[in-house]
Amino acid sequence: MKLPIYLDYQATTPVDPRVLEAMLPYFTSQFGNAASRSHAFGWEAESAIEKAREQIGALIGASAKEIVFTSGSTEGINLALKGVAEMYAEKGKHIITSQAEHKAVLDTCKHLEKRGYEVTYLQPDKTGRVSVDAVAAALRPDTILVALMWANNEVGTLNPVREIGELCHAKGVLFFTDGTQAVGKVPVDVEADHVDLLCVSAHKLYGPKGVGALYVRRKNPRVRLVAQMDGGGHERGMRSGTLNVPGIVGLGKACELARAELVEESKRTTALRDRLERKITAALDFVHLNGNREHRLPNCLNLSFAFVEGESLIMGINKLAVSSGSACTSASLEPSHVLRSMAVGDDLAHSSIRFGVGRFTTDEEVDFAAEQVIAAVKRLRELSPLYEMAQEGIDIKTVNWQASNH
Amino acid sequence: MAYSNKVLDHYNNPRNVGSLDKGAQNVGTGVVGAPECGDVMKLQIQVEGDRIVDAKFKTFGCGSAIASSSLATEWLKGKTIDEAMQIKNTQIVEELALPPVKIHCSVLAEDAIKSAIADYKKKQGAGQP
Repeated sequence: MKLPIYLDYQATTPVDPRVLEAMLPYFTSQFGNAASRSHAFGWEAESAIEKAREQIGALIGASAKEIVFTSGSTEGINLALKGVAEMYAEKGKHIITSQAEHKAVLDTCKHLEKRGYEVTYLQPDKTGRVSVDAVAAALRPDTILVALMWANNEVGTLNPVREIGELCHAKGVLFFTDGTQAVGKVPVDVEADHVDLLCVSAHKLYGPKGVGALYVRRKNPRVRLVAQMDGGGHERGMRSGTLNVPGIVGLGKACELARAELVEESKRTTALRDRLERKITAALDFVHLNGNREHRLPNCLNLSFAFVEGESLIMGINKLAVSSGSACTSASLEPSHVLRSMAVGDDLAHSSIRFGVGRFTTDEEVDFAAEQVIAAVKRLRELSPLYEMAQEGIDIKTVNWQASNH
Repeated sequence: MAYSNKVLDHYNNPRNVGSLDKGAQNVGTGVVGAPECGDVMKLQIQVEGDRIVDAKFKTFGCGSAIASSSLATEWLKGKTIDEAMQIKNTQIVEELALPPVKIHCSVLAEDAIKSAIADYKKKQGAGQP
């Protein structure tokens, strides 16, 4: 077993060797520019690109013509939100999203607010889910877009995408969903799920970093976007710039593998995820699951260890690569905005750890991780004044804390 | 984030972890911070005459907070109350090489020292006829 153990598959994934193999020729011998129409180098690159379009489309139930290549999900989100906002400004200037979205969505919305758009930030429930009723209640005659993620990157909660999509289509409002964490992990079908725009990032599904795709629906309804990058008119004018051919080939191959292995892989990662949780909760009390037990990514486990601060716990499990919703791991000193939006309590937000398992995680690694976590939590609770108080029967919520002025 | 070796040492081998009898007349207890802020320090001193003979801590917080309070207990032992009052957060920052984002941990440790001393003095004041 190699240390440290990687349990941060929501942050990124290693490139699958089969993906790398598919990419390699496109760096050297098949290096053509896909936009070169006058010679074989260009044709070869273009045909590789078109194959990747088919592979991505097949994974999400779209046609190849509806795929626009991007540099990743941040760009896909920016293009979808700003592109729609600009194109449909005459129809209305109201957008609906949620407080639990990724910063790429929230910050793009903030940008649009400065440009005169109005944004409703729905609060998810305690599990991180936004209900279709909440969306319905927020819809207005001037709503042009609903932007809600498929799966949350911190807690893995799945939104009721199909119901929200149906509602949006019934009301004639466009529906964008950030599929970064979901595509390749759970079944996605843009037709059955009534999705109009969806972004994908290659490095979250065993492809390379720096490449992604945006699905843009072509009929019922036909979605139009104002390009955010001007230039040679690539990607049907929606995203100019020479295509990253090796990256796109890698994304395509990653999607093909994900499609072929999704059911099996989902079963396997679910088993690993649940094994980790079982081992930890069998040995420790006061462990809280953040997220939705039922509607959750198969590979994401977010736990709060009460009375233990997340960063100190990460220091104690330094043989594991995980991430925390604790303030101290970020520059802002604020705990995770996702956990805050779910109202889990700031004390528990500071105590949260996200474990992400994946294609290359083994039972042995999970067992080792559980042992490390259990030992570190026990040690830190011996150090914790809050744990001492809890054992004395003091409810820490009733204590009048004298917070210093930081 | 990279930690200094001194922070790592205190985190891995915290000094003076534990609790003193908070009801004792010669024990001062300071509890500062709040769970919602991600750090709570409990620091206790035991005083004989004018001198701190023992100090204990328990901390909920990041590695730097644990190290700051662990270091504080080391420094407190053997000092008089007046000397203890002179401990400044900047000395803790320097000793542990805390980065700017962790300065609040040292502030909290200084607050904990002051709070424990205040509690001790209050007990002494109340105990006098």
